[in-house]
Amino acid sequence: MQRWIFPAVLLISAAAIGYEILLMRVLSIVQWHHFAYMIISLALLGYGASGTFIALGRTALARHFQFAFSLSALAFAVTMVASFILGQRVPFNALEIVWNPRQFLHLATIYLVFFAPFFFAATCIGLAFTCARSLINRIYFFDLFGAGLGALGVVLALFHWSTQDALRLLAGLAIVASALPAVAPPLRYRLLPLQALCLALLLLALPQSWLEFRMSPYKGLSQALEVVDTRVLGQYSSPLGLLTVVESPTVPFRHAPGLSLSTRFEAPEQLALFTDGDGLSTLTRFDGDDDALGYMGDVTAALPYRMLEQPHVLVLGAGGGTDVLFALYHGARRVDAVELNPQAVKLVGDIFADFTGHLYDDPRVAVHVAEARGFVARSDDRFDLIQVSLLDSFAASGAGVQALSESYLYTVEALQEYLQHLTPGGYLAITRWIKLPPRDNLKLVATLREALERMGVTEPGKRLAIIRSWNTSTLLAKNGDISPAEIETIRDFAHSRSFDTAYYPSMPRSDANRFNILQETYLYDGTLRLLGDDPEAFIDRYKFHIAPATDDRPYFFHFFKWSAFQEMLALRTQGGAGLIEWGYLILTGTLVQATVLGAVLILLPLSVIQPRWPRGAGRRMGAYFFLLGLAFLFVEMAFIQKFILFLSHPLYSIAVVLSGFLVFAGFGSACSARLVRRADALKRSPVMPVVIGIVAIALVYLLLLPFLFARFAGLDDPVKIGMSLVLIAPLAFFMGMPFPIGLARVASEAAGFIPWAWGINGYASVVSASLATLLAIEAGFTAVIVLALLLYAAAALCFDQRA
Amino acid sequence: MRLARTIQRSKWAAVAALLLAAATASTEQEVDEYAEARSAMVAEIGRYARSAGDTAEHAFDSRVMQALAEVPRHEFVPDDQKRVAYENRPLPIGHGQTISQPYIVALMTDLSEAEPDSTVLEIGTGSGYQAAIFSALVENVYSIEIVEPLANDAKARLERLGFDNVTTRLGDGYDGWEEHAPFDAIVVTAAASHVPPPLIAQLKPGGRMVIPVGGRFLTQQLLLIEKTADDEIVTRQIAAVRFVPLTGEH
Repeated sequence: MQRWIFPAVLLISAAAIGYEILLMRVLSIVQWHHFAYMIISLALLGYGASGTFIALGRTALARHFQFAFSLSALAFAVTMVASFILGQRVPFNALEIVWNPRQFLHLATIYLVFFAPFFFAATCIGLAFTCARSLINRIYFFDLFGAGLGALGVVLALFHWSTQDALRLLAGLAIVASALPAVAPPLRYRLLPLQALCLALLLLALPQSWLEFRMSPYKGLSQALEVVDTRVLGQYSSPLGLLTVVESPTVPFRHAPGLSLSTRFEAPEQLALFTDGDGLSTLTRFDGDDDALGYMGDVTAALPYRMLEQPHVLVLGAGGGTDVLFALYHGARRVDAVELNPQAVKLVGDIFADFTGHLYDDPRVAVHVAEARGFVARSDDRFDLIQVSLLDSFAASGAGVQALSESYLYTVEALQEYLQHLTPGGYLAITRWIKLPPRDNLKLVATLREALERMGVTEPGKRLAIIRSWNTSTLLAKNGDISPAEIETIRDFAHSRSFDTAYYPSMPRSDANRFNILQETYLYDGTLRLLGDDPEAFIDRYKFHIAPATDDRPYFFHFFKWSAFQEMLALRTQGGAGLIEWGYLILTGTLVQATVLGAVLILLPLSVIQPRWPRGAGRRMGAYFFLLGLAFLFVEMAFIQKFILFLSHPLYSIAVVLSGFLVFAGFGSACSARLVRRADALKRSPVMPVVIGIVAIALVYLLLLPFLFARFAGLDDPVKIGMSLVLIAPLAFFMGMPFPIGLARVASEAAGFIPWAWGINGYASVVSASLATLLAIEAGFTAVIVLALLLYAAAALCFDQRA
Repeated sequence: MRLARTIQRSKWAAVAALLLAAATASTEQEVDEYAEARSAMVAEIGRYARSAGDTAEHAFDSRVMQALAEVPRHEFVPDDQKRVAYENRPLPIGHGQTISQPYIVALMTDLSEAEPDSTVLEIGTGSGYQAAIFSALVENVYSIEIVEPLANDAKARLERLGFDNVTTRLGDGYDGWEEHAPFDAIVVTAAASHVPPPLIAQLKPGGRMVIPVGGRFLTQQLLLIEKTADDEIVTRQIAAVRFVPLTGEH
């Protein structure tokens, strides 16, 4: 018996999923976050194409099974490292995508470069399935178990190791897997020298410099490092982000968004803190001298402190700690600061504590390592001021880089949560960058209105105020109506600093455009409309997507509307390029690419070698596998998103949900044979009860999850991860069944159709990864899940009609 | 024998002359090629020209258009971008920097309202293109670049191309250039979280400062800062393009 197969398959699976998650980190660092979707679709493409490849070369591959496995595993290891190095060297520039169609070619090149390792990994697994058919159930178990281990393992590994070392580890695992067939009879050592050489190269000779990140030159960190005399003081890596602290002694950073033009102050000495090479936050030098911080009184974000005496402040997103210092400067009696990344807290509170004046040791300050939403949800405190920090960089915000980044900080539910944690008369303050025409500023107003209405506030307009400088706006939402005296304070504060008021209750138009003169007062007009009788009509007619973001559709930074795209594209040559939010375009491009490349790499080869559809398969079985491919990924992608809120971070969610689905779908698949036997005995459809199970569980979850998540948000991470796995288990168990049931039928009725079944299913998965995200942006996760359930039902009908 | 040699020599001479002629022709052709692309670019910008602030279309200042028609933009882009140097779009010039879209250059230059006797300060030399455009329009241009290799290249390039009234230096633009202040116009092409107060101080009464706001390839809007004759500061935010964000209006 070929016992080597089990550990070898486990290692390959673990390494492949580990690599997938690693790549998501890498691409978030060197490019931007939206590539996560591309990687999932890539991995699936690799699996689909290898299925086709194995189907085509089955006889030859089976004859040299062990050798082919070894070679493929070795190729996996080599391409893993090679793609890591080469993929970052493709001159793809996402920012140029509206100017230069060639960028789509570069995007396709990246896609193909990263395709290779997944193809070889999948070939190993596929070979094991094909050539050791008698062991298929156990192999399947080790495959999925390995994948689950890999997903969780790599996240843990990234807490202790650099991304580069984690890569070496994963490639090392693949090499070990490649050597395992040699231990089984007939003993073959042909590849051992090569394997040894690869391992030695990997561990000893591969220069670290080759593996270093090649960050886009347009990210904030790259730009900062171009400046004379800047240097990196420290770099701290974890799955939550790569933190880089930069010092610039010759040309100070002077980061002071929204600083008044009439100020007499300058920003004090700062260190820059970048997360994944972007999202500038600052550490501010403080030696106890408040005079050095004078500029803090002259930015738009200072407004709420004019309305409050010695407030108890909650800072959401402490970052480099400057907002905490800001609160203290303005006389806060107590500051609770929430920061997701423990390394960021350590930087400010420990490593650079001398620089920040031991800010976090101040008795008035309490720092909490937590996800903002979860922290607020479980807090019994009420705050006089809740401040959401401006942590995204202007460049990123301006270019629509985050269009696809889900953010649970700015949803209707989030704002409700914040507002409910205000003391009577307390304020929620949110500062954003200004764009012309306004996008996020208006979306925030729409979202706040919705939140206030859900809380039963009948006149939300009485509680809001907005001021603006030339590049930032600060929005206040009060727990209570804003009084005439407070309106005077707002006007005084704004006008004495040459800021404009963009909205306050009963504001005359004449007050909207006095200092920073706009051609059109869209922010004022839009806010009035959004707070008026028919906000929906305005939202519909506005050429940017400014409908409120919700937890179901948490794309606060998505402003793209197809209806305005053509006009904007035509205007790009006249300076209108900034109107286009290209993050959405990249996702669309990825979908088109996946559709085309999937067809070329999976379906085309199949149709060449096996042009005839085998008898006994029927078109309905083709549809069955296609629908399953779409539906499975839709549910998986939607649940990854749903769990982000609960597990606090996209990467945790991907790792936990992915491994949960893999492992429990594996169990389901293992049990499917028994179910088929029983259904056959009863002369009943085996698929229909499974699909009913899937639909029932998913619907219950749609109703139950928001409640559960809110209730248990405050638990420790390991407990929440365990809970998530328990929740995923029954759904995934059932979802693992329809595919092997279909495959078993095809195997008995039309064996020649098996490669087609794999190919069609694989193709549907490749397409559905990006399609699911697009649908979620357009219609929300609930809609994606409901659609998936309909697809499952349709698949069940296809299956039963055939019978 | 001598005759043969003479004939041979003259033959070589003829060949050489021919080659030379061909070479010259090709250079001329190249120049012509760029000239054609350049005038197409200028024509395109002319079509798009809009007044900043009101809705009536008008042309950019003819002197600005003339400068655009004269300055060889292809000299200011990396070799691999020369082919597209005259397309109306921003191009990468290395070090994470860009040469602005010609339309934006025209708009910014136009907004600065620089006169032939003006002294202009530029923060962010980049490849030197904007400085070269100003060179044709004003008396003196001072330009500061923070990225060393770019500063060196731009200095050499501007000297080589004979833009003698441009003075460049490597350094921090935040503090302006005190010894040449005050300025009639200041353009800031480098991103900043706020407007450096020293720059406002170095603006002449009646002077104008223009700052593009946005990412490297996507200008969102322009900030125009005017200092009135009695030293008051007026700022305007100008969308680079006329775009009505509501359907069904106008």
